[in-house]
Amino acid sequence: MKAWIAFWNIMLKDVRTYYLKPPNVSWGLIFPLAWAGMFFIRSGAGIGSVASLLPGVMAVSVLFGTTSLLAVTVTFEKKGRSFDRMLLAPIPLELLMLAKTAGAILFGVANAFVPVAIAAFLTDLSAVAWGTLIPAVLLIAISSTFLGLFVAVSVKEVFEAQAFSNFFRFPMLFLCGLFFPIEQLPLWLRPLSYFLPLTYGADILHAAIHRPAAMPLAMDFAILGIFSAILFAMSIKNIRRKWIL
Amino acid sequence: MDRVSKMIIEVRALAKQFDDVQAVADVDFDVDQGELFGFLGPNGAGKTTTINMLTGLARPDAGTIRIAGVDCSMHPKAAQHLMGIVPDESNLYPELSGYDNLCFCGALYGMSKPARQKRAAELLEQFDLADAAARSFAGYSKGMKRKLTIAAGIIHQPQILFLDEPTTGIDVASARQIRQLIAALNAAGTTIFLTTHYIEEAQRLCRRIAFIVKGRVVRTDTVEDLMRQADGRHVVQFAVGAGAAALCEAIAGEFPAVTCRLSADGGIRVESGQPVRVGPLVRFLEDRGAEVSEARKVQPSLEEVFVAVTGIEADAMKREKEKAGGSA
Repeated sequence: MKAWIAFWNIMLKDVRTYYLKPPNVSWGLIFPLAWAGMFFIRSGAGIGSVASLLPGVMAVSVLFGTTSLLAVTVTFEKKGRSFDRMLLAPIPLELLMLAKTAGAILFGVANAFVPVAIAAFLTDLSAVAWGTLIPAVLLIAISSTFLGLFVAVSVKEVFEAQAFSNFFRFPMLFLCGLFFPIEQLPLWLRPLSYFLPLTYGADILHAAIHRPAAMPLAMDFAILGIFSAILFAMSIKNIRRKWIL
Repeated sequence: MDRVSKMIIEVRALAKQFDDVQAVADVDFDVDQGELFGFLGPNGAGKTTTINMLTGLARPDAGTIRIAGVDCSMHPKAAQHLMGIVPDESNLYPELSGYDNLCFCGALYGMSKPARQKRAAELLEQFDLADAAARSFAGYSKGMKRKLTIAAGIIHQPQILFLDEPTTGIDVASARQIRQLIAALNAAGTTIFLTTHYIEEAQRLCRRIAFIVKGRVVRTDTVEDLMRQADGRHVVQFAVGAGAAALCEAIAGEFPAVTCRLSADGGIRVESGQPVRVGPLVRFLEDRGAEVSEARKVQPSLEEVFVAVTGIEADAMKREKEKAGGSA
């Protein structure tokens, strides 16, 4: 019970201190809008293309929203030594890191629904399978957050975290089938797509919004869950190895 | 109650190496319940590494740590609820107010909302920070930051408080107030493990002191017993202007009953087991062209013992630390 007081307050502090700050709120709004606008104009297909663009824009919003802020909430606090205060508290490391990432997961989920809210004014979303979409967004937010955590605990400086994040984020965007179907990728690149968590998230989002899934949905969910667990476990191992010297 | 049952911290053969640097080597000591124990040494002696191992922020390479009977070398988290930790740098959250910082630290130890709010208000009052409670921590002065960091370390009323260089880099008035607060906490029953490079601070506050140099504890004793070593020593310090080194050598040749060495401020320090006769020494120095502007008797202090045991000039240690850490 006492550990949950710590969990709740760590999450609440991060949400108030970082995620609800005006620059981050505007990032959460402007970034998805910019991506939506870019692909909308690029497609040239008019309002009819909104539904097909929605999975990509949602995934981008989640991916960038979660990974960008963990560099601050984790790497910056470690650099400033305020993170040590939490490491010294009598709470299990796993619970501490779940608390540190819970705010990012919520921020990612909230970001994902900004483009959905906008799309609701432009197109008919009555065919969307919300029962599939909502858990998919949550799982994409969790796996993206844990990817951000893995990056944040692998580096020492905030700028390194940002650069290292891009090493994963940009190839992932273009290889995961969000904007270009995996089948259209060169043959030698395709295997790489299946090593990216977002590939499975994108497949669920497409299936929930506008077209059939390329893989069984249960498999997509399971693989996303496995990616999340592996990234979290690797992050915890890195913290124990690098931060508790 | 016998000594063993009173021990709250037991450290045996503790060792830690970073790359090719042996930061802590074969360190043994015990701290009794309710004791104010000092860990005294220069920069890089291994004080912070030792605290980090005791509190679970670093893993020992060898040795055992038992805190309140719990083997913390194997289970570093097991005794953290008993500890309050005040690091050598104020590491609270700059964007939070003083009050919010304290409440957050209370929450980390599982305190309920009403309990942490009440305790935060009490501590802000006790540490003279009530007027600054709503201001962000980033806007605090160094002294205020140190006080709030100490308050954060005791919000959950720990049995053991680890204080790492609590008065380094702050003004004299704040340092004095912090020493009074430390003494009051100890008087109220909190066991305190204090690292410092200020010898007079350790002498004034601690019951027992361990001298640590290059990762090794070279002496652990009560202040009373350490001071006994200084009894019977007579020290006179001379301000002589230029050429102190040559004059020191000359004194050593002419007055075999005394030992002479350079003091940290560039003067000459003469020590003897007998009372030092100042007149012949001043005449001797002036005959050799020295401008003796001051000759003063130095009261035997823990500093003499520290210098004798470790071979480290206390003033040099203080200057080195202040250069690195602030202006205290």
